Amino acid sequence: MSYLLGAYIPGRSLLHRTPAGVKLLVLLVFSTLLVVLHGLIATGVLFAIAVVFTVIARLPMRQVGRAARGVLLVALVLSALQGYAHGWPRAVEAGVDLISLALGGLILTATTEVNAMLDLFTRLITPLRPIGVNPDGVALVIGLAITSIPASIALLLETRDAARARGIRHPRAYLSPFVIRLVARAHETGDALKARGLGD
Amino acid sequence: MIELDAASVALPEDEGGRVLLSPTSLTLAERRVAIIGGNGSGKSTLARLLNGLVTATSGRVVVDGLDVARKGKEVRRRVGFCFTDPAAQLVMPTCVEDVELSLRRTVRSASERHARAMEVLARFGLEGLASQSVHTLSGGQRQLLALAGVLAAEPSIVVADEPTTLLDLANTRLVADALFGLSQQLVLVTHDLTLAAQCDRALVVADGAVTFDGPAPDAVAHYTQSVGA
Repeated sequence: MSYLLGAYIPGRSLLHRTPAGVKLLVLLVFSTLLVVLHGLIATGVLFAIAVVFTVIARLPMRQVGRAARGVLLVALVLSALQGYAHGWPRAVEAGVDLISLALGGLILTATTEVNAMLDLFTRLITPLRPIGVNPDGVALVIGLAITSIPASIALLLETRDAARARGIRHPRAYLSPFVIRLVARAHETGDALKARGLGD
Repeated sequence: MIELDAASVALPEDEGGRVLLSPTSLTLAERRVAIIGGNGSGKSTLARLLNGLVTATSGRVVVDGLDVARKGKEVRRRVGFCFTDPAAQLVMPTCVEDVELSLRRTVRSASERHARAMEVLARFGLEGLASQSVHTLSGGQRQLLALAGVLAAEPSIVVADEPTTLLDLANTRLVADALFGLSQQLVLVTHDLTLAAQCDRALVVADGAVTFDGPAPDAVAHYTQSVGA
């Protein structure tokens, strides 16, 4: 899922045409229900809802499945810990809830252009302007946070491949260069935004 | 019109105090100006001075009558900047969204912004890639998109810092044609001496100083001779 999170997938589905504010509100309610409701039945129903929305969004299932592997791994570890501490019903609940939440986030970002999100955030934050908050600035930061996820992953994979090409396979060997490149990229992006008059 | 009045750049004392650009005075009024020189010579520092990405340690830089140090915001609206690696410059997921980002400051209506962005993409033959991820573009397409993003803001001057360095021959020609077709004043930092020679004027930078300033073919000859090639 991490490959896709933050990346808009062009389409003409009902969810692509739904206003960003409505989708954000639904995701908020959905996330709250995931936290508030307990039990396997609630978990199953909410997971089914997430799957139905994924189908309605007409997202490419192969990509969703491939990208979901990272979240599945985290869900498995979380489930194992919960199972050890509280038994298997809690294990299933924790793992499936995490997958449902990730699907919800994926549906929002995959069906909503980042500029639409920026417009939404700008509108939401504008009432705070009298107390010194710059709505455009805050919206841009949030937008960049969303788009930086896939870009950072691409940078990580590039750094890993460069390390492997030199015969280095241990993650420790390429994590440091990755962090350095990430910081350098952040500086370059800052310069680029400034040059485009967006940091002023 | 760009004016440098004894503008210099040096690192802070606690970072060694090295001079990146010696005091430089010149006026750039020509439509196409090239800046050439070796790696680390100070070319990019000089280019970055022009829109306030780098601030002069002493002296001043004036663009269209505006002091860059005091009116940085206004100057950046007039001076578009194209980086060597467009990957750092493209921050939105799709092509049209990235161009729209440049218009956010001036165009509030989302539909108008989209229409304007599509117009700019069409100028560069990129309209068919509007909804495509910026990560799937070729090097040349990325650089053209970065240029489109810069031009969407309608600057009066475009500074391009080695825009063809990472490109193959075909893409170099594509980007060069786009740059030389601009109606704006162009300041082109480049290692491509063929491109530099096509400019109206060229500066040769070496060891943080402008060592030659004159007609582009003469500057290219001077630079070539100075490196013994």
